[in-house]
Amino acid sequence: MQKVLEGSQAIAEAVALCRPQVIAAYPITPQTHIVENLSRLVANAQLKCEFVSVESEFSAASVILGAAMAGSRSYTASASQGILLMAEVLYNIAGMRVPLVLTCANRAISAPLSIWNDQQDSMAVRDAGWIQLYCANNQEAVDTTIQAYRIAEACELPVMVCVDGFTLTHTLEMIDIPEARQVDAFLPDFQFSRQLDVQHPHSAGTLLSPDYYSEARHAHHQALLNAQQVILESDTAWEKIVGRSAGKLVSIVGNPDADIAIIALGSVLGTLEEAQEIYTHLPSRLIKLRCFRPFPTATICAAIENAKHVIVLERALSLGSGGILGTEVRSILHTLDNPPIIHNFAIGLGGRDIPVEIYPQLIEACKDTHPPYFQIFDVDLQKLPEEDR
Amino acid sequence: MIEIRIHGRGGQGNVVAANLLAMVAFEAGYYGQAFPNFGAERRGAPVTAFVRIAKNPIKRRSQVQYPHYLIIQDDALLHVTGVTDGLLEQGKILINSKKEIAQLFHSSTAITHSASVPATHLAQQYLGKPLPNTALLSAFLTLTQLFSIDTLIHVLQHKFTGTILENNTQLIHQAAKMVQSGQWQEHHHAESS
Repeated sequence: MQKVLEGSQAIAEAVALCRPQVIAAYPITPQTHIVENLSRLVANAQLKCEFVSVESEFSAASVILGAAMAGSRSYTASASQGILLMAEVLYNIAGMRVPLVLTCANRAISAPLSIWNDQQDSMAVRDAGWIQLYCANNQEAVDTTIQAYRIAEACELPVMVCVDGFTLTHTLEMIDIPEARQVDAFLPDFQFSRQLDVQHPHSAGTLLSPDYYSEARHAHHQALLNAQQVILESDTAWEKIVGRSAGKLVSIVGNPDADIAIIALGSVLGTLEEAQEIYTHLPSRLIKLRCFRPFPTATICAAIENAKHVIVLERALSLGSGGILGTEVRSILHTLDNPPIIHNFAIGLGGRDIPVEIYPQLIEACKDTHPPYFQIFDVDLQKLPEEDR
Repeated sequence: MIEIRIHGRGGQGNVVAANLLAMVAFEAGYYGQAFPNFGAERRGAPVTAFVRIAKNPIKRRSQVQYPHYLIIQDDALLHVTGVTDGLLEQGKILINSKKEIAQLFHSSTAITHSASVPATHLAQQYLGKPLPNTALLSAFLTLTQLFSIDTLIHVLQHKFTGTILENNTQLIHQAAKMVQSGQWQEHHHAESS
Protein backbone atom coordinates (compact mmCIF):
# COMPACT_ATOMS: atom_id res chain seq x y z
CA MET A 1 0.00 0.00 0.00
CA GLN A 2 1.34 3.41 -1.02
CA LYS A 3 1.85 5.62 2.02
CA VAL A 4 3.52 8.96 2.70
CA LEU A 5 6.04 8.15 5.39
CA GLU A 6 9.28 9.31 6.87
CA GLY A 7 12.04 6.84 5.98
CA SER A 8 12.46 5.78 9.62
CA GLN A 9 8.76 5.07 10.00
CA ALA A 10 8.75 3.01 6.82
CA ILE A 11 11.75 1.00 8.02
CA ALA A 12 10.02 0.39 11.36
CA GLU A 13 6.91 -0.85 9.54
CA ALA A 14 9.07 -3.14 7.39
CA VAL A 15 10.77 -4.56 10.48
CA ALA A 16 7.37 -5.12 12.14
CA LEU A 17 6.14 -7.00 9.05
CA CYS A 18 9.00 -9.47 9.59
CA ARG A 19 7.48 -10.28 13.01
CA PRO A 20 10.62 -9.96 15.16
CA GLN A 21 10.26 -11.46 18.63
CA VAL A 22 13.00 -9.41 20.31
CA ILE A 23 14.14 -5.86 19.65
CA ALA A 24 16.90 -4.30 21.74
CA ALA A 25 18.04 -0.78 21.03
CA TYR A 26 19.62 2.33 22.44
CA PRO A 27 18.62 5.61 20.79
CA ILE A 28 21.11 7.65 18.78
CA THR A 29 20.61 10.33 16.14
CA PRO A 30 19.68 9.70 13.30
CA GLN A 31 18.48 6.18 14.15
CA THR A 32 16.10 7.28 16.93
CA HIS A 33 12.87 7.51 14.93
CA ILE A 34 13.22 3.90 13.76
CA VAL A 35 13.26 2.45 17.28
CA GLU A 36 10.75 5.01 18.59
CA ASN A 37 8.29 3.86 15.95
CA LEU A 38 8.95 0.21 16.77
CA SER A 39 8.55 0.81 20.48
CA ARG A 40 5.20 2.53 19.76
CA LEU A 41 4.03 -0.47 17.71
CA VAL A 42 4.93 -2.76 20.61
CA ALA A 43 3.28 -0.47 23.20
CA ASN A 44 0.09 -0.31 21.10
CA ALA A 45 0.07 -4.12 20.84
CA GLN A 46 0.33 -3.87 17.05
CA LEU A 47 3.55 -5.87 17.24
CA LYS A 48 3.89 -8.81 19.60
CA CYS A 49 7.54 -8.52 20.56
CA GLU A 50 9.82 -8.12 23.54
CA PHE A 51 11.26 -4.58 23.31
CA VAL A 52 14.34 -4.31 25.52
CA SER A 53 15.47 -0.78 26.31
CA VAL A 54 19.13 -1.27 27.11
CA GLU A 55 21.72 1.05 28.65
CA SER A 56 24.16 1.03 25.72
CA GLU A 57 24.67 -0.22 22.20
CA PHE A 58 27.06 -2.86 23.50
CA SER A 59 24.11 -4.35 25.38
CA ALA A 60 21.72 -3.90 22.45
CA ALA A 61 23.95 -6.07 20.28
CA SER A 62 24.54 -8.55 23.12
CA VAL A 63 20.82 -8.93 23.85
CA ILE A 64 19.92 -9.68 20.24
CA LEU A 65 22.83 -12.11 19.94
CA GLY A 66 21.46 -14.09 22.88
CA ALA A 67 17.86 -13.79 21.75
CA ALA A 68 18.62 -15.10 18.27
CA MET A 69 20.73 -17.96 19.66
CA ALA A 70 17.76 -18.86 21.86
CA GLY A 71 15.54 -19.03 18.78
CA SER A 72 13.96 -15.58 18.38
CA ARG A 73 14.04 -13.45 15.27
CA SER A 74 15.67 -10.24 16.54
CA TYR A 75 16.51 -6.70 15.48
CA THR A 76 18.49 -3.65 16.43
CA ALA A 77 19.43 -0.34 14.84
CA SER A 78 22.19 2.13 15.53
CA ALA A 79 24.55 4.68 14.02
CA SER A 80 27.96 6.27 14.34
CA GLN A 81 29.41 5.96 17.87
CA GLY A 82 26.73 3.36 18.62
CA ILE A 83 28.07 1.09 15.87
CA LEU A 84 31.60 1.58 17.21
CA LEU A 85 30.51 0.71 20.75
CA MET A 86 28.88 -2.43 19.35
CA ALA A 87 31.95 -3.37 17.34
CA GLU A 88 33.20 -6.15 19.61
CA VAL A 89 29.79 -7.81 19.69
CA LEU A 90 29.31 -7.34 15.94
CA TYR A 91 32.38 -9.48 15.30
CA ASN A 92 31.07 -12.09 17.74
CA ILE A 93 27.62 -12.18 16.14
CA ALA A 94 29.18 -12.77 12.74
CA GLY A 95 31.77 -15.25 14.00
CA MET A 96 29.08 -17.29 15.74
CA ARG A 97 27.12 -17.10 12.47
CA VAL A 98 24.00 -15.69 14.12
CA PRO A 99 21.33 -14.53 11.68
CA LEU A 100 20.38 -11.00 12.74
CA VAL A 101 19.37 -7.79 11.04
CA LEU A 102 20.71 -4.39 12.05
CA THR A 103 19.85 -1.06 10.45
CA CYS A 104 22.75 1.37 10.37
CA ALA A 105 21.40 4.91 9.96
CA ASN A 106 24.69 6.05 8.49
CA ARG A 107 26.32 8.95 10.32
CA ALA A 108 29.79 10.43 10.57
CA ILE A 109 32.20 9.41 13.35
CA SER A 110 33.66 11.66 16.07
CA ALA A 111 35.92 13.60 16.45
CA PRO A 112 35.03 16.24 15.38
CA LEU A 113 31.48 15.52 16.49
CA SER A 114 28.99 15.40 13.65
CA ILE A 115 25.42 14.15 13.80
CA TRP A 116 25.16 14.25 9.99
CA ASN A 117 25.44 11.69 7.27
CA ASP A 118 28.40 9.91 5.85
CA GLN A 119 29.24 6.20 5.83
CA GLN A 120 32.33 6.06 8.00
CA ASP A 121 30.43 4.08 10.69
CA SER A 122 29.41 1.05 8.63
CA MET A 123 32.73 1.19 6.75
CA ALA A 124 34.55 0.98 10.09
CA VAL A 125 33.03 -2.48 10.64
CA ARG A 126 33.18 -3.68 7.04
CA ASP A 127 35.55 -6.50 7.99
CA ALA A 128 33.40 -7.80 10.87
CA GLY A 129 31.98 -10.61 8.74
CA TRP A 130 28.52 -9.14 8.23
CA ILE A 131 26.70 -8.86 4.94
CA GLN A 132 26.38 -5.13 4.17
CA LEU A 133 23.65 -3.84 1.86
CA TYR A 134 23.46 -0.09 1.05
CA CYS A 135 20.11 1.46 0.15
CA ALA A 136 19.74 4.14 -2.51
CA ASN A 137 16.26 5.23 -1.40
CA ASN A 138 13.58 4.50 1.18
CA GLN A 139 11.74 1.99 -1.00
CA GLU A 140 14.95 0.01 -1.23
CA ALA A 141 15.35 0.38 2.54
CA VAL A 142 11.92 -1.20 3.12
CA ASP A 143 12.43 -3.98 0.59
CA THR A 144 16.02 -4.64 1.70
CA THR A 145 15.01 -4.86 5.37
CA ILE A 146 12.53 -7.62 4.56
CA GLN A 147 14.98 -9.40 2.26
CA ALA A 148 17.68 -9.10 4.93
CA TYR A 149 15.88 -11.53 7.25
CA ARG A 150 15.53 -14.12 4.51
CA ILE A 151 19.19 -13.70 3.50
CA ALA A 152 20.46 -13.77 7.10
CA GLU A 153 18.52 -16.90 8.01
CA ALA A 154 19.36 -18.74 4.78
CA CYS A 155 23.10 -17.94 5.01
CA GLU A 156 23.36 -17.97 8.82
CA LEU A 157 25.08 -14.62 8.61
CA PRO A 158 24.04 -11.24 10.05
CA VAL A 159 22.97 -8.49 7.67
CA MET A 160 23.60 -4.78 8.15
CA VAL A 161 21.15 -2.65 6.17
CA CYS A 162 22.86 0.71 5.60
CA VAL A 163 20.57 3.70 5.19
CA ASP A 164 21.93 7.24 4.92
CA GLY A 165 21.09 9.20 8.08
CA PHE A 166 18.75 12.19 7.59
CA THR A 167 19.01 11.97 3.79
CA LEU A 168 16.86 8.84 3.94
CA THR A 169 15.84 8.32 7.57
CA HIS A 170 14.30 11.79 7.91
CA THR A 171 12.87 12.18 4.42
CA LEU A 172 9.13 11.95 3.99
CA GLU A 173 8.06 10.52 0.66
CA MET A 174 5.74 8.03 -1.00
CA ILE A 175 6.70 4.49 -0.10
CA ASP A 176 4.97 1.22 -0.86
CA ILE A 177 4.57 -0.77 2.33
CA PRO A 178 3.95 -4.41 1.41
CA GLU A 179 1.03 -6.39 2.77
CA ALA A 180 1.60 -8.76 5.71
CA ARG A 181 0.56 -11.73 3.55
CA GLN A 182 3.24 -10.82 0.96
CA VAL A 183 5.94 -10.77 3.64
CA ASP A 184 4.61 -13.97 5.25
CA ALA A 185 4.76 -15.73 1.87
CA PHE A 186 8.35 -14.55 1.37
CA LEU A 187 9.80 -15.10 4.82
CA PRO A 188 9.88 -18.61 6.34
CA ASP A 189 9.56 -19.09 10.10
CA PHE A 190 12.72 -18.30 12.05
CA GLN A 191 15.16 -21.16 12.31
CA PHE A 192 18.83 -21.85 11.85
CA SER A 193 21.12 -24.80 12.47
CA ARG A 194 23.23 -23.24 15.22
CA GLN A 195 20.22 -22.33 17.36
CA LEU A 196 20.58 -23.42 21.00
CA ASP A 197 18.48 -26.47 21.79
CA VAL A 198 18.35 -28.16 25.22
CA GLN A 199 17.66 -31.49 23.56
CA HIS A 200 20.86 -31.20 21.53
CA PRO A 201 23.22 -29.10 23.66
CA HIS A 202 26.15 -27.32 22.04
CA SER A 203 28.19 -24.23 22.71
CA ALA A 204 29.10 -21.35 20.42
CA GLY A 205 31.92 -18.83 20.32
CA THR A 206 34.26 -20.94 22.46
CA LEU A 207 38.04 -20.92 22.55
CA LEU A 208 39.47 -22.29 19.33
CA SER A 209 43.04 -23.47 19.13
CA PRO A 210 45.40 -22.52 16.31
CA ASP A 211 44.61 -25.95 14.83
CA TYR A 212 41.14 -24.82 13.79
CA TYR A 213 40.95 -21.00 13.88
CA SER A 214 42.08 -20.64 10.25
CA GLU A 215 39.46 -23.14 9.14
CA ALA A 216 36.71 -21.25 10.98
CA ARG A 217 37.84 -18.04 9.25
CA HIS A 218 37.93 -19.81 5.89
CA ALA A 219 34.39 -21.16 6.36
CA HIS A 220 33.09 -17.71 7.37
CA HIS A 221 34.78 -16.07 4.37
CA GLN A 222 33.36 -18.69 2.00
CA ALA A 223 29.90 -18.29 3.51
CA LEU A 224 30.03 -14.56 2.76
CA LEU A 225 31.19 -15.15 -0.82
CA ASN A 226 28.43 -17.73 -1.31
CA ALA A 227 25.87 -15.31 0.09
CA GLN A 228 25.94 -13.42 -3.24
CA GLN A 229 23.75 -16.11 -4.77
CA VAL A 230 21.26 -15.95 -1.89
CA ILE A 231 21.12 -12.14 -2.08
CA LEU A 232 20.30 -12.35 -5.79
CA GLU A 233 17.74 -15.14 -5.31
CA SER A 234 16.03 -13.24 -2.49
CA ASP A 235 15.76 -10.10 -4.61
CA THR A 236 14.31 -12.09 -7.52
CA ALA A 237 11.81 -13.87 -5.25
CA TRP A 238 10.76 -10.53 -3.73
CA GLU A 239 10.44 -8.95 -7.17
CA LYS A 240 8.03 -11.76 -8.13
CA ILE A 241 5.83 -10.81 -5.18
CA VAL A 242 5.91 -6.99 -5.24
CA GLY A 243 6.99 -6.28 -8.81
CA ARG A 244 10.22 -4.42 -8.07
CA SER A 245 13.84 -5.26 -7.39
CA ALA A 246 15.70 -3.71 -4.46
CA GLY A 247 18.87 -3.42 -6.54
CA LYS A 248 20.37 -6.94 -6.91
CA LEU A 249 24.10 -6.93 -6.00
CA VAL A 250 24.77 -4.14 -8.46
CA SER A 251 22.55 -2.41 -10.98
CA ILE A 252 23.36 -0.04 -13.84
CA VAL A 253 21.46 3.09 -14.82
CA GLY A 254 22.21 5.23 -17.86
CA ASN A 255 24.19 4.14 -20.90
CA PRO A 256 25.89 0.81 -20.02
CA ASP A 257 28.43 1.38 -22.80
CA ALA A 258 29.39 4.95 -21.84
CA ASP A 259 33.13 5.62 -21.57
CA ILE A 260 32.67 7.09 -18.11
CA ALA A 261 31.36 4.93 -15.28
CA ILE A 262 30.46 6.20 -11.82
CA ILE A 263 30.29 3.75 -8.96
CA ALA A 264 28.79 4.72 -5.63
CA LEU A 265 26.82 3.50 -2.59
CA GLY A 266 23.67 4.85 -0.97
CA SER A 267 21.44 7.87 -1.40
CA VAL A 268 23.80 9.90 -3.61
CA LEU A 269 22.75 7.52 -6.39
CA GLY A 270 19.32 9.17 -6.66
CA THR A 271 20.88 12.61 -7.11
CA LEU A 272 23.29 11.24 -9.73
CA GLU A 273 20.46 9.45 -11.53
CA GLU A 274 18.54 12.70 -11.85
CA ALA A 275 21.73 14.46 -12.96
CA GLN A 276 22.07 11.92 -15.79
CA GLU A 277 18.57 12.89 -16.96
CA ILE A 278 19.41 16.61 -16.82
CA TYR A 279 22.90 16.54 -18.34
CA THR A 280 22.04 14.24 -21.27
CA HIS A 281 25.03 15.58 -23.25
CA LEU A 282 27.31 14.07 -20.57
CA PRO A 283 26.50 10.36 -20.75
CA SER A 284 27.69 7.93 -18.10
CA ARG A 285 26.95 4.51 -16.74
CA LEU A 286 25.93 4.76 -13.13
CA ILE A 287 26.89 1.62 -11.25
CA LYS A 288 24.68 1.36 -8.19
CA LEU A 289 26.52 -0.80 -5.72
CA ARG A 290 24.05 -2.26 -3.24
CA CYS A 291 26.07 -5.16 -1.87
CA PHE A 292 29.40 -4.05 -0.42
CA ARG A 293 29.97 -7.20 1.67
CA PRO A 294 30.38 -9.68 0.14
CA PHE A 295 32.23 -7.62 -2.46
CA PRO A 296 30.73 -8.67 -5.82
CA THR A 297 34.01 -8.73 -7.73
CA ALA A 298 32.83 -10.47 -10.90
CA THR A 299 29.68 -8.34 -11.21
CA ILE A 300 31.64 -5.11 -10.79
CA CYS A 301 34.23 -6.24 -13.34
CA ALA A 302 31.45 -6.88 -15.85
CA ALA A 303 29.88 -3.50 -15.07
CA ILE A 304 33.05 -1.47 -15.63
CA GLU A 305 34.28 -3.47 -18.63
CA ASN A 306 35.43 -1.26 -21.54
CA ALA A 307 34.93 1.94 -19.56
CA LYS A 308 37.77 4.42 -20.07
CA HIS A 309 37.25 6.20 -16.76
CA VAL A 310 35.72 4.98 -13.52
CA ILE A 311 34.77 7.57 -10.92
CA VAL A 312 34.58 5.91 -7.51
CA LEU A 313 32.58 8.04 -5.07
CA GLU A 314 32.45 7.30 -1.38
CA ARG A 315 31.21 8.92 1.80
CA ALA A 316 34.08 7.64 3.92
CA LEU A 317 37.82 7.24 3.72
CA SER A 318 40.66 5.24 5.14
CA LEU A 319 42.68 7.98 6.79
CA GLY A 320 46.32 7.68 5.85
CA SER A 321 45.51 5.48 2.86
CA GLY A 322 42.71 6.95 0.74
CA GLY A 323 39.45 5.58 -0.55
CA ILE A 324 37.96 2.36 0.83
CA LEU A 325 35.69 1.50 -2.08
CA GLY A 326 38.27 2.98 -4.43
CA THR A 327 40.99 0.67 -3.16
CA GLU A 328 38.70 -2.35 -3.54
CA VAL A 329 37.73 -1.38 -7.08
CA ARG A 330 41.42 -0.92 -7.94
CA SER A 331 42.19 -4.36 -6.52
CA ILE A 332 40.08 -6.07 -9.19
CA LEU A 333 41.38 -4.17 -12.23
CA HIS A 334 44.11 -6.70 -13.02
CA THR A 335 41.41 -9.05 -14.32
CA LEU A 336 40.46 -6.58 -17.07
CA ASP A 337 42.17 -6.42 -20.48
CA ASN A 338 41.95 -2.62 -20.73
CA PRO A 339 41.77 -1.32 -17.18
CA PRO A 340 40.13 2.10 -16.86
CA ILE A 341 41.63 5.16 -15.19
CA ILE A 342 40.31 5.35 -11.63
CA HIS A 343 39.22 8.71 -10.20
CA ASN A 344 38.64 8.11 -6.51
CA PHE A 345 36.83 10.77 -4.52
CA ALA A 346 35.33 11.02 -1.06
CA ILE A 347 32.36 13.35 -1.12
CA GLY A 348 29.59 14.55 1.19
CA LEU A 349 31.46 13.88 4.44
CA GLY A 350 29.83 14.83 7.73
CA GLY A 351 26.59 15.81 6.02
CA ARG A 352 27.99 18.12 3.35
CA ASP A 353 25.31 18.47 0.69
CA ILE A 354 25.89 16.82 -2.69
CA PRO A 355 24.03 18.96 -5.24
CA VAL A 356 22.95 17.78 -8.70
CA GLU A 357 25.45 20.31 -10.12
CA ILE A 358 28.30 18.08 -8.90
CA TYR A 359 27.71 15.78 -11.88
CA PRO A 360 29.26 17.92 -14.66
CA GLN A 361 32.19 18.63 -12.33
CA LEU A 362 32.76 14.89 -11.88
CA ILE A 363 32.61 14.28 -15.63
CA GLU A 364 35.02 17.20 -16.14
CA ALA A 365 37.46 15.58 -13.69
CA CYS A 366 37.82 12.68 -16.15
CA LYS A 367 39.81 14.96 -18.47
CA ASP A 368 42.67 14.35 -16.08
CA THR A 369 44.49 11.32 -17.47
CA HIS A 370 46.84 11.18 -14.46
CA PRO A 371 44.47 11.79 -11.57
CA PRO A 372 45.63 11.81 -7.96
CA TYR A 373 45.28 8.46 -6.19
CA PHE A 374 42.55 9.84 -3.94
CA GLN A 375 41.02 13.20 -3.15
CA ILE A 376 38.17 14.68 -1.11
CA PHE A 377 36.24 16.14 -4.03
CA ASP A 378 34.39 18.94 -2.28
CA VAL A 379 37.15 19.99 0.13
CA ASP A 380 37.70 23.76 0.41
CA LEU A 381 41.39 24.16 1.12
CA GLN A 382 40.97 27.90 1.67
CA LYS A 383 39.38 27.07 5.00
CA LEU A 384 42.61 25.47 6.19
CA PRO A 385 45.85 27.04 7.32
CA GLU A 386 48.65 26.73 4.78
CA GLU A 387 50.37 23.86 6.60
CA ASP A 388 47.24 21.67 6.58
CA ARG A 389 46.45 21.92 2.87
CA MET B 1 9.35 20.49 -10.08
CA ILE B 2 8.62 23.10 -7.43
CA GLU B 3 11.17 23.57 -4.67
CA ILE B 4 10.29 25.23 -1.38
CA ARG B 5 12.49 26.08 1.58
CA ILE B 6 11.02 26.67 5.01
CA HIS B 7 12.95 28.55 7.66
CA GLY B 8 12.03 28.41 11.29
CA ARG B 9 13.36 27.74 14.74
CA GLY B 10 13.57 24.44 16.61
CA GLY B 11 10.19 23.87 18.28
CA GLN B 12 8.11 25.92 15.81
CA GLY B 13 7.06 22.88 13.85
CA ASN B 14 9.11 23.55 10.76
CA VAL B 15 9.52 19.90 9.89
CA VAL B 16 5.82 19.25 10.42
CA ALA B 17 5.00 22.11 8.03
CA ALA B 18 7.24 20.61 5.36
CA ASN B 19 5.76 17.15 5.89
CA LEU B 20 2.20 18.49 5.73
CA LEU B 21 2.89 20.23 2.44
CA ALA B 22 4.34 17.04 0.93
CA MET B 23 1.28 15.14 2.17
CA VAL B 24 -1.01 17.69 0.51
CA ALA B 25 0.86 17.11 -2.76
CA PHE B 26 0.44 13.36 -2.38
CA GLU B 27 -3.27 13.79 -1.57
CA ALA B 28 -3.63 15.77 -4.82
CA GLY B 29 -1.94 13.03 -6.86
CA TYR B 30 1.54 14.53 -7.05
CA TYR B 31 4.87 13.32 -5.73
CA GLY B 32 6.17 15.09 -2.68
CA GLN B 33 9.47 14.98 -0.80
CA ALA B 34 10.13 16.70 2.52
CA PHE B 35 13.20 16.65 4.73
CA PRO B 36 14.84 18.76 7.42
CA ASN B 37 18.29 20.16 7.89
CA PHE B 38 18.92 20.35 11.60
CA GLY B 39 21.57 22.48 13.16
CA ALA B 40 22.04 21.90 16.85
CA GLU B 41 19.06 19.88 18.07
CA ARG B 42 17.52 22.34 20.48
CA ARG B 43 14.58 24.69 20.72
CA GLY B 44 15.14 28.13 19.24
CA ALA B 45 18.01 27.16 16.94
CA PRO B 46 17.39 27.94 13.26
CA VAL B 47 16.02 24.90 11.39
CA THR B 48 15.57 24.60 7.66
CA ALA B 49 13.20 22.19 5.95
CA PHE B 50 12.83 21.45 2.27
CA VAL B 51 9.88 20.42 0.14
CA ARG B 52 9.80 19.28 -3.47
CA ILE B 53 6.62 18.75 -5.44
CA ALA B 54 6.52 17.18 -8.90
CA LYS B 55 4.38 15.15 -11.26
CA ASN B 56 7.06 12.46 -11.50
CA PRO B 57 9.04 10.59 -8.82
CA ILE B 58 11.69 12.81 -7.23
CA LYS B 59 15.14 11.26 -7.32
CA ARG B 60 17.47 14.01 -6.14
CA ARG B 61 18.24 14.18 -2.42
CA SER B 62 20.23 17.39 -2.28
CA GLN B 63 19.15 20.39 -0.25
CA VAL B 64 17.04 23.06 -1.93
CA GLN B 65 19.55 25.76 -2.91
CA TYR B 66 17.42 27.64 -5.45
CA PRO B 67 13.88 27.71 -4.11
CA HIS B 68 10.81 28.92 -5.97
CA TYR B 69 9.27 29.78 -2.63
CA LEU B 70 10.51 30.62 0.83
CA ILE B 71 8.26 30.22 3.84
CA ILE B 72 9.60 32.02 6.90
CA GLN B 73 8.18 31.18 10.30
CA ASP B 74 9.28 34.31 12.10
CA ASP B 75 10.20 37.74 10.68
CA ALA B 76 13.30 37.97 12.90
CA LEU B 77 14.75 35.18 10.73
CA LEU B 78 14.91 37.65 7.84
CA HIS B 79 17.98 39.06 9.58
CA VAL B 80 19.72 35.68 9.78
CA THR B 81 22.46 35.33 7.16
CA GLY B 82 21.62 33.02 4.29
CA VAL B 83 17.85 32.84 4.80
CA THR B 84 17.00 34.34 1.39
CA ASP B 85 20.06 32.91 -0.41
CA GLY B 86 19.43 31.34 -3.78
CA LEU B 87 15.79 32.45 -4.11
CA LEU B 88 15.01 32.41 -7.84
CA GLU B 89 14.53 35.75 -9.57
CA GLN B 90 10.76 35.36 -9.72
CA GLY B 91 10.75 33.56 -6.37
CA LYS B 92 8.27 34.48 -3.65
CA ILE B 93 8.54 34.87 0.12
CA LEU B 94 5.75 34.18 2.59
CA ILE B 95 6.43 35.45 6.09
CA ASN B 96 4.65 34.73 9.32
CA SER B 97 4.33 38.25 10.72
CA LYS B 98 1.83 40.74 12.04
CA LYS B 99 3.69 43.41 10.11
CA GLU B 100 2.80 44.54 6.60
CA ILE B 101 5.30 43.60 3.92
CA ALA B 102 6.29 47.27 3.44
CA GLN B 103 7.41 47.33 7.08
CA LEU B 104 9.59 44.24 6.57
CA PHE B 105 11.34 45.12 3.32
CA HIS B 106 12.71 48.31 1.82
CA SER B 107 13.26 47.30 -1.80
CA SER B 108 10.20 47.54 -4.04
CA THR B 109 11.10 44.24 -5.76
CA ALA B 110 11.11 42.41 -2.42
CA ILE B 111 7.78 43.99 -1.54
CA THR B 112 6.18 42.86 -4.83
CA HIS B 113 7.39 39.32 -4.38
CA SER B 114 6.47 38.87 -0.73
CA ALA B 115 3.41 38.44 1.43
CA SER B 116 2.84 38.24 5.16
CA VAL B 117 0.20 36.58 7.28
CA PRO B 118 -0.11 36.82 11.09
CA ALA B 119 -0.14 33.02 11.43
CA THR B 120 0.98 32.79 15.06
CA HIS B 121 -1.48 35.47 16.07
CA LEU B 122 -4.32 33.64 14.27
CA ALA B 123 -3.29 30.31 15.78
CA GLN B 124 -3.42 31.84 19.27
CA GLN B 125 -6.93 33.04 18.48
CA TYR B 126 -8.29 29.79 16.99
CA LEU B 127 -6.21 27.09 18.67
CA GLY B 128 -5.18 28.85 21.84
CA LYS B 129 -1.59 27.88 21.04
CA PRO B 130 1.22 29.52 19.03
CA LEU B 131 1.21 26.83 16.29
CA PRO B 132 1.42 28.75 12.99
CA ASN B 133 1.72 25.80 10.56
CA THR B 134 -1.80 25.29 9.29
CA ALA B 135 -2.46 29.04 8.92
CA LEU B 136 0.81 29.54 7.11
CA LEU B 137 0.19 26.64 4.73
CA SER B 138 -3.34 27.85 4.08
CA ALA B 139 -1.99 31.26 3.10
CA PHE B 140 0.66 29.61 0.92
CA LEU B 141 -1.86 27.44 -0.93
CA THR B 142 -4.24 30.38 -1.37
CA LEU B 143 -1.52 32.65 -2.81
CA THR B 144 -0.14 30.00 -5.15
CA GLN B 145 -3.32 28.01 -5.86
CA LEU B 146 -0.97 25.00 -6.04
CA PHE B 147 -3.52 22.86 -4.26
CA SER B 148 -6.82 23.74 -2.61
CA ILE B 149 -7.13 24.41 1.10
CA ASP B 150 -9.71 21.60 1.13
CA THR B 151 -6.87 19.20 0.30
CA LEU B 152 -4.99 20.53 3.32
CA ILE B 153 -8.09 19.95 5.44
CA HIS B 154 -8.36 16.39 4.05
CA VAL B 155 -4.79 15.70 5.12
CA LEU B 156 -5.56 16.97 8.63
CA GLN B 157 -8.62 14.71 8.74
CA HIS B 158 -6.24 11.71 8.53
CA LYS B 159 -4.47 12.97 11.65
CA PHE B 160 -7.00 14.78 13.83
CA THR B 161 -10.62 14.63 14.88
CA GLY B 162 -13.00 16.64 17.07
CA THR B 163 -12.23 20.13 18.31
CA ILE B 164 -8.64 20.12 17.08
CA LEU B 165 -9.79 19.43 13.53
CA GLU B 166 -12.68 21.92 13.74
CA ASN B 167 -10.51 24.72 15.10
CA ASN B 168 -7.83 24.09 12.50
CA THR B 169 -10.45 24.08 9.73
CA GLN B 170 -11.72 27.47 10.90
CA LEU B 171 -8.16 28.75 11.18
CA ILE B 172 -7.38 27.59 7.63
CA HIS B 173 -10.43 29.39 6.24
CA GLN B 174 -9.60 32.57 8.14
CA ALA B 175 -5.93 32.57 7.06
CA ALA B 176 -7.00 32.09 3.43
CA LYS B 177 -9.07 35.27 3.63
CA MET B 178 -6.06 37.29 4.75
CA VAL B 179 -4.04 36.92 1.54
CA GLN B 180 -4.87 37.59 -2.09
CA SER B 181 -6.10 34.41 -3.74
CA GLY B 182 -4.04 33.47 -6.79
CA GLN B 183 -1.59 36.37 -6.38
CA TRP B 184 1.33 34.04 -7.13
CA GLN B 185 -0.54 31.71 -9.44
CA GLU B 186 1.52 32.46 -12.58
CA HIS B 187 4.58 31.20 -10.73
CA HIS B 188 3.93 27.53 -11.46
CA HIS B 189 6.37 24.80 -12.29
CA ALA B 190 4.78 21.54 -11.12
CA GLU B 191 3.26 20.87 -14.56
CA SER B 192 6.56 21.35 -16.36
CA SER B 193 8.28 18.50 -14.63
